Amino acid sequence: MEGSIFQYSFVIKGLLGAVFASITAGLAGTYIVSKRMVFLSGGITHASFGGIGIGYFAGFNPLIGAAVFAILSAIGIEYLSVRQKIREDSAIGILWALGMAVGIIFIYLTPGYTPNLISYLFGSILTVTNADITALGVLSVVLILYFVIFYRSILYISFDETFARTYSSYVDIFKYITTSLIALTIVLNIRMAGIVLVISLLTIPPNIAMLFTRVYSTIVIGSIIAGFIGTVTGYVIAYFAGIPVGATVIFSLGTIWIIAKLVNQLCKTKPDSGDHDVKSKYL
Amino acid sequence: MAYLVEINSLSASYGDNTVLEDINFKIYDHDFIGVIGPNGGGKTTLLKVILGLVKPVKGKIIFNRKLLIGNNTGYLPQIATGDLNYPVTVSDVVLSGLMIGKGVVSRVSSQDKERVVEVIEELGLTSMRRSSLSELSGGQLQRVFLGRAIIGNPKLLLLDEPGNFVDTNFEKDFYDKLRELNSRMAILMVSHDIGTISSHVKSFACVNRYLHYHPSSEISNEQLLAYGCPIQLITHGDVPHTVLKHHD
Repeated sequence: MEGSIFQYSFVIKGLLGAVFASITAGLAGTYIVSKRMVFLSGGITHASFGGIGIGYFAGFNPLIGAAVFAILSAIGIEYLSVRQKIREDSAIGILWALGMAVGIIFIYLTPGYTPNLISYLFGSILTVTNADITALGVLSVVLILYFVIFYRSILYISFDETFARTYSSYVDIFKYITTSLIALTIVLNIRMAGIVLVISLLTIPPNIAMLFTRVYSTIVIGSIIAGFIGTVTGYVIAYFAGIPVGATVIFSLGTIWIIAKLVNQLCKTKPDSGDHDVKSKYL
Repeated sequence: MAYLVEINSLSASYGDNTVLEDINFKIYDHDFIGVIGPNGGGKTTLLKVILGLVKPVKGKIIFNRKLLIGNNTGYLPQIATGDLNYPVTVSDVVLSGLMIGKGVVSRVSSQDKERVVEVIEELGLTSMRRSSLSELSGGQLQRVFLGRAIIGNPKLLLLDEPGNFVDTNFEKDFYDKLRELNSRMAILMVSHDIGTISSHVKSFACVNRYLHYHPSSEISNEQLLAYGCPIQLITHGDVPHTVLKHHD
């Protein structure tokens, strides 16, 4: 019964992957959405493809290459926009495509073996290894500890950096550590969600949660729950329909977001219209 | 009398652009100083130097550590420097004023929470304590950021253009509040609105690259000339009157 053993570990792997993806994406996603860093994170994601290409070409783990590229491009964008006075969105646009180009060049230069590009671009649950799951698990623990221990510092620095500088000399250190952890979150989720789609895995769950709460810690918890539901639903659809898992996960999350938005709108309209009536009486 | 901050022949610049030069200035306990001068004259930079946000290129700034324990300075920035759509509540923002002097691993004690409730009540924001900033009016925002500045009971309060939050309904309340706070702390307030502040501050510092200190709160012609443009003056009296510059 080899099939059933394979099936079992596949399900466990999928579930663990869903839990860790939701935790990492929920924590990192709430940060980038709150701080309006979504486009920046998209740039980092695509730039990391350069590292994947070089990894294949030079024969080391492509995800290590991707991690190096992600962190370097995050620092590079900061450097170009602050020190070289290139507008940040232009810097992102340049590194975004440059990374992709480097990736494609090196993958095509790799003799003999062409990896399955589709799985890197759109995600695949079949290529997720035990090592990938373990790495995501470790990152989940690190992120939880980081955000729980330094919650107030991270929140206040990201809300108002200038004010934070009046009392703390650790502002830059926090920014670099947080950005690096976000880069790692993106890279480790690429295997499952794919380069093109991973940014939505980080962006949609916090936006679902923010429809219902404006409290940062509650948004994180809400994102993790929304992310988990969307990921598991996406897995099931991907498994039965044979579609790349990144697409089905993002499609599920998008659907949840639309439903949540409608529910939120319906809940809002009633008390809101009543409020307007009261106001108009006095105005 | 004991000084809180002493600034000695200090210069500050952004790149090659010298903004402040040879500043000599002392802030004493219970001072209420209006900092006036033209745009780009270095008013905000002066506050930033005191806060340590801008490093001086020359001279030094000495804090009286007997009075200013742990650099206990409250700061109300010119415009809300934070993102008003950021998911933080009024309580969160006021609480962030207590981060001064705390380590990076900062636990919020029940004492801190009580203090937040106290300050929020003092500023009349109790019903909004769980609201996010985007739901507040200009005057309410001003009070939230003032709450953040004073929650740590600072000995020195730095206000940068508090009138910018524009809410004339709360203006009187705001200045009354400052007067009350002045009994507990020295205040340094940057403003262009010299007409309004002249009835509140005890003394003036004119900043236009150099700093001239005027111990009384009256505005002299010399001070007005620092602006290099027509100045409107509104004074109190039986009949309010406006004085305009002479025609050429």
